[in-house]
Amino acid sequence: MLAKVYVTPKKAILDPQGKAIALSLHALAYTEVGEVRMGKYLEVQLTGLSHQQAEQRVEEMCQRLLANSVIEDFRFEIVEE
Amino acid sequence: MKWGIVTFPGSNDDRDAWYCLETVLGQEAVLLWHKDQDLQGVEAIVLPGGFSYGDYLRAGALARFSPIMHSVVDFANAGGPVLGVCNGFQILCESGLLPGALVRNRSLSFICEWVSIRVETTRTRFTSACSAGECLSIPIKHGEGCYVADTDTVQSLTDNDQIVFRYVNEAGEAERAANPNGALHNIAGVTNPNGNVVGLMPHPEHAVEALLGGEDGRKLFTSVFA
Repeated sequence: MLAKVYVTPKKAILDPQGKAIALSLHALAYTEVGEVRMGKYLEVQLTGLSHQQAEQRVEEMCQRLLANSVIEDFRFEIVEE
Repeated sequence: MKWGIVTFPGSNDDRDAWYCLETVLGQEAVLLWHKDQDLQGVEAIVLPGGFSYGDYLRAGALARFSPIMHSVVDFANAGGPVLGVCNGFQILCESGLLPGALVRNRSLSFICEWVSIRVETTRTRFTSACSAGECLSIPIKHGEGCYVADTDTVQSLTDNDQIVFRYVNEAGEAERAANPNGALHNIAGVTNPNGNVVGLMPHPEHAVEALLGGEDGRKLFTSVFA
């Protein structure tokens, strides 16, 4: 079982990295590009949990460590391998 | 007075803090290892600068779960003086001892320079030897020093006199041009409601001798024992 965790900067938080990436994409003539926000993608291998237990445990992991709620949002999906 | 300085894997200002306290200021200072829980009877704690745990995940995010941090949190909650400098400030925010968070500098550049910071409150354990509005010349060196917090948090920081330092210009004004990293309202340091826990991005331990470029940093330490 695998948890795919996505952590992104909150909308209200300035994301200078995303902004710099957007400028570079514009420099490459991708004029269709609007805002870019840069976050993190984590793959967490899980064993011995039901799908429902995994949902609860990963939610807790995100709140305690993987994301900082002051500056980041998170979402995740649990997939069977 | 006996001070403890925590060494995490990746700390690099722990010895500077030790030198500042023991050699320059004549205090007793011990290095506390991150895997230990015994605070060895220290009466004040410094969380030094550096890149604890390689800044993996987020600056300070992993250090916060070190065994020593359980003791540091208990010590702080019991009113013990705790100073977090740079990475130490990031750890204090991650551990919830201080509100807000520190993110990548707005310029995306690592900044290493002397800045002027204004003392906003003298009620903390680390600013009682300063006068309100006094400006201190202290160096910064960081890539992630942009202080952020939500609107409600900033309002409560203001209402409870928890903003300790702001970046200012030569005239002592907290203007945008004097803000090196994009920090909200030029905030360089904050405290907890009790004033015993202080975190700041500038490095007072690097400003304790004329040879180093200035002595203004001494006041943060002498505030505790003088």
